[in-house]
Amino acid sequence: MTRQPLPTFAGTPPFPEAAKAALADGQLRTNLAHATSTIRTKRARAVAERDDWEALRLAGAAIKDEVLRDLPAMLERLEQEVAAAGGVVHWARDAAEANALVVSIVRTAGAREVVKVKSMVTQEIELNEALAREGIDAWETDLAELIVQLGHDLPSHILVPAIHRNRREIRDIFTAEMGQVGRPAPADLSDAPRELAEAARLHLREKFLRARVAVSGANFAVAETGTVMVVESEGNGRMCLTLPEILITVMGIEKLVPTWQDLEVFLQLLPRSSTAERMNPYTTMWTGVTPGDGPRAFHLILLDNGRTDVLADRVGRQTLRCIRCSACLNVCPVYERTGGRAYGSPYPGPIGAILTPQLRGIVRGPVDAQTASLPYASSLCGACFDACPVRIDIPEVLVHLRARVVETGSPHHRLPTSEQLAIAAAGQVLRTPRRLRLAQAFGALGGWIIGRRGWIRRLPGPPIVSGWFRGRDLRAPAREPFRAWWRRSGRHGKPP
Amino acid sequence: MRIALFITCFNDTLAPEVGRAVVRLLRRLGHEVDFPEAQTCCGQLHFNTGYREACVPLVRRFADAFAGYDVVVTPSPSCAVMVRDQQPVVAAMAAERGLDPSLPERVAAVSPKVYELTEFLVDTLGVTDVGATFRHRVAFHPTCHSVRLLHIGDRPRRLLGEVRGLTLVDLADADQCCGFGGTFAVKNPDTSLAMGADKVAAILATGAEVLTAADTSCLLHLGGMLSRAGSPVRVLHLAEILASVEGAA
Repeated sequence: MTRQPLPTFAGTPPFPEAAKAALADGQLRTNLAHATSTIRTKRARAVAERDDWEALRLAGAAIKDEVLRDLPAMLERLEQEVAAAGGVVHWARDAAEANALVVSIVRTAGAREVVKVKSMVTQEIELNEALAREGIDAWETDLAELIVQLGHDLPSHILVPAIHRNRREIRDIFTAEMGQVGRPAPADLSDAPRELAEAARLHLREKFLRARVAVSGANFAVAETGTVMVVESEGNGRMCLTLPEILITVMGIEKLVPTWQDLEVFLQLLPRSSTAERMNPYTTMWTGVTPGDGPRAFHLILLDNGRTDVLADRVGRQTLRCIRCSACLNVCPVYERTGGRAYGSPYPGPIGAILTPQLRGIVRGPVDAQTASLPYASSLCGACFDACPVRIDIPEVLVHLRARVVETGSPHHRLPTSEQLAIAAAGQVLRTPRRLRLAQAFGALGGWIIGRRGWIRRLPGPPIVSGWFRGRDLRAPAREPFRAWWRRSGRHGKPP
Repeated sequence: MRIALFITCFNDTLAPEVGRAVVRLLRRLGHEVDFPEAQTCCGQLHFNTGYREACVPLVRRFADAFAGYDVVVTPSPSCAVMVRDQQPVVAAMAAERGLDPSLPERVAAVSPKVYELTEFLVDTLGVTDVGATFRHRVAFHPTCHSVRLLHIGDRPRRLLGEVRGLTLVDLADADQCCGFGGTFAVKNPDTSLAMGADKVAAILATGAEVLTAADTSCLLHLGGMLSRAGSPVRVLHLAEILASVEGAA
C-alpha cells in the first residue's frame, strides 16, 4: 500500500507569520468562531451548575502540586503496583526512547498495525511517524483524529482536533479516503452527522476486530493501586482498551494522582471543562492484567521528554498540573482567530504557548525562532487563567518565559534586533523625567509635522514601529504633555 | 490624606487630557492631588515583553517618587496591576541578582497604596455619584486587566450609571479582549487587528456616539482603528466623562 508522507509540524514559521496565513482563511475562521463560541457557552453553563467550582479548582491544583512535590516516590509506587498486577513498566527519557519501546513491543508481537486511542502524548513524540518508518500502520480511532488522519492533516485542538473542519469537508474526506485504507464510505454519504458517524463506525469496526495491539495515552494513573484511566466520549477507547491482546500505554510522568479519592475532584473538573458535560460517557480503568478479561499483556511507558526540566523551574512547573481539558483554547481570543496549527505543535492555544517551549528546553538555553515566538502569542487577557480547572496562571508563565527568551537570546542574532533597540531606547527615555520631557518635546514636534488633525497615519521603521500602522492610526503626541501642563498651571490649582 | 497622581507615561505623552480630568474630578470632590514630577513609568511594557532587568531602574524610580504619600491614584488598571502584582517580582529579582538589595522593601511600602481611579472613588471615597453630566450614548469596554487581573468588577458601570444624561448601550461580547495587549499589538499585528476588527464591529453595532474605557491603552488601539476606518465614534477615557459637567463636552 502506498501512502502519502505523514504531515508534520516541522517547518511551521514563527507564530506571527503562521497566524497571518490562518487569518486569511475565511472558512477556517468561520468554523473556529462558531465552534469555540458554542463550546464556551456550554462550558459556562456546566460550570455554573456547581457552586463549589472554585473549591474544586483549588483542590485540583493542590492535588497536582502534591504529586509534583513527591513525584519520584509516587512514580516508584505506581511502578511497583503495576508490576504486582502483572503489567510491565518501562521508563523513557525522551521521544526516541519511547518510540523505540513501542516499536519493539509491536515487532515482538509480530504485529504490523496498531489501533490507537486518542492521545496527546503520542502526538508529542510523533509515534505514528516512528511506527510508519518501521512499516507499522497506526490507525486513529477517535472520530476527530480519524478525520485528521484520513485528511492527511494536522490536529488543531487538544480535544477536537478537527475543529477546523465542517460537515461538508468531513463528508468529502470520508468519501475520498476511507476506501484507500479500509472499508470505503457509502457511495451516497451525506453530510448529516448521523450518517458521518455511522460511516466512521463501520470503517473502524473492521480495525477494532482485527488489531492485536492497541496504543493509548492516559488521563490519570492512581499511584496507590497502579490503576490507569482513560476518559472518552465515543467508545472507541473502550474497544481499543479491551479487544486487542496487547495494550501499550504511553504516559507523561505528571499524569499521576496519589489516591482513588483524588479522582473525585478530577472527574468533576475534567468533563465540565472539556466537553461541558457533567460526566463523560466512557471511563475505562485497568490495573495490570486480568486473566480471561481484556488484554493479556500490558506495557506502561513512563515518559519524561523534558518534563523534569519543567518541574525544576519554580514558575513554570505549574504547567505540569495540566489535565489537557482545552478550556483555555476555547476561551482564548487569539486561538479563536488563528486556530491551532499556527502554534506548530500538537499542543495549541494558551497551554501550548507555555508547554511547548518548556518541553523544548527554553528554560535551559536558547531555542529556535518558532519556539521563541510562542510565549508572545498572547495579549495577556487572562481568560485562560480564569477558565483553567487546575488554576495554571498561564499569563504569569507566559511573561516568565518571555523573560527567558530575552535573557537567553537567540543563537541567530548577534546584532541587537530592532525590538531590543526600541525597548532599550524606551528604557533610556523613561529613566529620568528630564529625558522624558525632552523626548515628549521632540515627539510633539514630530507629531505636529507629520500628523494630520491630531493623527499619525504612517511611520517608517522596523516592524516593531510600522506594525502599528498596518490597520491603525496613532494619536499624535500631545503639544502639551501632562507634566508640562502641571508645571504651567496644574499645580497652582487653575482650572484645567 | 496625601494623594499623589500616577499619570502613566501613555497618558502623560499621548492623552494628557485624561490626567487633567482626574485632577478636575478629584478637586471637585474636595481632594487636593499632587503630581510628583520625578515619576516616569511603571515598567509594564518592559516587564510584559520580557525585559526584566530594564525594569529595575523604572521600578526604583517609581518606588522612590511615590514614597511618603498615603494614596497613589492612577487612571490605568493595567498599570495598577503592574505596580501591585509585578513590581514586587522585579524587586525580588533585583535583590536576588544583587542589583538593588533594598528594592523589595521600598516597593512593598508603596505598591499596596496604589489605587486605580474607580477603586479609589468607590472604595476609598465611597462615592458613585460624582456629579457628572454627559448627554450621549456611550459604549463601555471593560478591559481585560480591569476585569480579570485587577477585579474592579462593576465599579466603572456604577459610576457611569450615576452620570446625568448618559445612555449606556449594551456592547456584545464586552469581556472579550480588544487585541491591544501592549507589544502584542506590534509583535502580532495581524492577530491584534483581527481581534480589534471584531471589537470595532461590536461597537459600531451599538450606535454609540462615544466609546469609553478605564484604560488609555485599549482606547489608543481601538481609537486608532476607528480613526483609520473614518468612524465618527469618539473615544474618551472614563475619567473625562466623570469629570464633565453640564454644558461641557
